[in-house]
Amino acid sequence: MPVKISDKIRMMTGNEACAEGAIAAGCLFFGGYPITPSSEIAEYLSRRFPIIGGKFIQMEDEIGAMGSVIGAALTGMKAMTATSGPGFSLKQENIGYASMAEVPCVIIDVQRGGPSTGMPTLPAQMDVQQARWGTHGDRGVIALTASSAQETFEQTIHAFNLAERYMTPVVLLIDEITGHTTEKVTLPDYDSIERVDRKRPTEPPETYLPYKYTDDCIPTLAPFGTGYRYNVTGLCHNETGFPTNDPKEIERLILRLTEKIVKNRHEIINCKRTMLDDAEIAIFAYGSVARSARQAVLQLREEGIKAGLLEPTVLWPFPSEIVLKIAEQVDSFLVAEMNLGQMAREVELASKCKASIHRLNRVDGSPISPPQIVGKIKEVV
Amino acid sequence: MFDYLPYIREWNFPHIWCSGCGDGIVLKALIRATDGLGIHRDEAVMVSGIGCSSRTPGYVDVNTLHTTHGRALAFATGVKHASPNLNVIVVTGDGDATAIGGNHYIHAARRNIDITVLLYNNYIYGMTGGQVSPTTRKGDRASTAPFGSIEPPFNISGLAKAAGASFVARGDVYNVKKLEKLIKLAIQKKGFSLLEILSPCPTAWGRRNKMGHPVQLMEWLRDSTVSMEKWEKMTDEEREGKIRTGVLHDVARPEFTDEYAKLVKRLKAEK
Ligand SMILES: Cc1ncc(C[n+]2csc(CCOP(=O)(O)OP(=O)(O)O)c2C)c(N)n1
Ligand code: SF4
Repeated sequence: MPVKISDKIRMMTGNEACAEGAIAAGCLFFGGYPITPSSEIAEYLSRRFPIIGGKFIQMEDEIGAMGSVIGAALTGMKAMTATSGPGFSLKQENIGYASMAEVPCVIIDVQRGGPSTGMPTLPAQMDVQQARWGTHGDRGVIALTASSAQETFEQTIHAFNLAERYMTPVVLLIDEITGHTTEKVTLPDYDSIERVDRKRPTEPPETYLPYKYTDDCIPTLAPFGTGYRYNVTGLCHNETGFPTNDPKEIERLILRLTEKIVKNRHEIINCKRTMLDDAEIAIFAYGSVARSARQAVLQLREEGIKAGLLEPTVLWPFPSEIVLKIAEQVDSFLVAEMNLGQMAREVELASKCKASIHRLNRVDGSPISPPQIVGKIKEVV
Repeated sequence: MFDYLPYIREWNFPHIWCSGCGDGIVLKALIRATDGLGIHRDEAVMVSGIGCSSRTPGYVDVNTLHTTHGRALAFATGVKHASPNLNVIVVTGDGDATAIGGNHYIHAARRNIDITVLLYNNYIYGMTGGQVSPTTRKGDRASTAPFGSIEPPFNISGLAKAAGASFVARGDVYNVKKLEKLIKLAIQKKGFSLLEILSPCPTAWGRRNKMGHPVQLMEWLRDSTVSMEKWEKMTDEEREGKIRTGVLHDVARPEFTDEYAKLVKRLKAEK
């Protein structure tokens, strides 16, 4: 349980900060299934939701949990689930459904090592490509990351806002280290938090089209029970929400599912920059590894090595244009991550051979430490 | 003549079902039943999985949610828990509910959440072309049991009762008046109500099992279904090959969303 330090300051784990962030975002539905290292999020909300007017349910499995979240979201509630590797795999079919039917919801993945049951209590970043390609079919994807309890609190709120804004499932990927580390979190005044709510129809039910084509590519789904009776399906559908086999309609839908994210990528993409302006070598790191990378940059600078850090807080859509710009400036990139190079592939693609790409990977369940990064950089420069 | 038009989405017709399929008969019975109950269309949510039967919601003018294969009850649980005032009806097939969705089926029944389930049992996977299902009878042929199924079938009504459903009934598409009555009872009942509807599939099941003509299937239903009253008076020998229809189980049990509301109240009082 969080420890209250002052009115606004708490000592809490990343998982607790995530749950508190969900409450701050206006989330009122949680459907989950226990799995280490994410379970504290469910536990926290099972205590809080019955008191603050929210709905909690522990479902029979992760597939059911994801289904319940989509069902709740369609009644107008902000809804979420939390899981880790094996559960994230099970949720994929229904995450694809939420993409196809454009139902806003948030999925928290507190990453542990895989494949399979892997390392239940140890950190990894092995789900970052699953967040992009885990479900079948082509679609636009939004996935965020966070490196501390404070950032997890903020990114959880942001995840809900993006979900509601773009009518899509949003994944927040943290890892076991962030989820389980207790640290200081400064809570904002909840009344001052910027919350985005999905568009509501302004036209009467007779002329309402749930998936109407608009310039912003974003549909307007009325909550069930508000007098707008429409159809929601995972089949390819037209503007009415009913299934279609018309090739033109199908193409329009599939392109739109990607376009609504790609077109708005500049609004979605976000990177933190540390000493990059004059850097000759850029570290690319995210999640808990970014914390070690920040330390490493300071130490390298002290030793006269011009290192900088690019830390994406949004992994998908991938910040390709930003990476290319930096690649044109630096000699090389070091991509440090707790997997075998899942994001290094993206950095390689985006940098178009303008810089050499080096990798620092760790898959033994141990964190990547600042000295490790310092050592690797000295090896490559 | 009953006017179905106000309840259907006429623009989605013709429907996808084969001629002779029982699913259209259920659709009509369902509409008559909901009309009789005076259910407000804005407050009704019809949720289905994937299959021929699961296409039903597309034709009914309420809030409709056509989900993933087997998961209708999970989505419906989210809808009902989030908005208990909504009237939630699930339409599902035997494969959808008891094979891939078996876990959600038993747990929704265990929670006794106030959802009405219309489970169309056609003894086969209709939509995908007649593969064996958990309710295919031993010896019946299916596209993936070309020599006859060697597995015993599920008793899906018994399963719902054992798992905790407060209402379990069985109807069929031959005895339509009775079916309509059973749908009404299932919707009216608070808690998890399971209505198994025998709606045999001529195309994928009948043809492979010497009942290719829809009339033969209707005759089979006529001759093999018996009412509960009759069943009680029959000897074990007479019961052989017969199927009971009517209300099989009806008890009062605490309902999930009520229990959640009680918890909320208790916590408020303690504060
Ligand atoms: C995850 C998944 N697996 C398999 C399928 C293919 N599939 C579609 S419908 C169906 C069976 C439907 O049978 P049933 O539930 O009995 O309904 P019916 O068509 O007989 O009414 C299957 C296996 C699917 N859509 N999704
Ligand atoms: S395949 Fe069978 S269940 Fe499906 S529509 Fe045809 S007759 Fe009905």
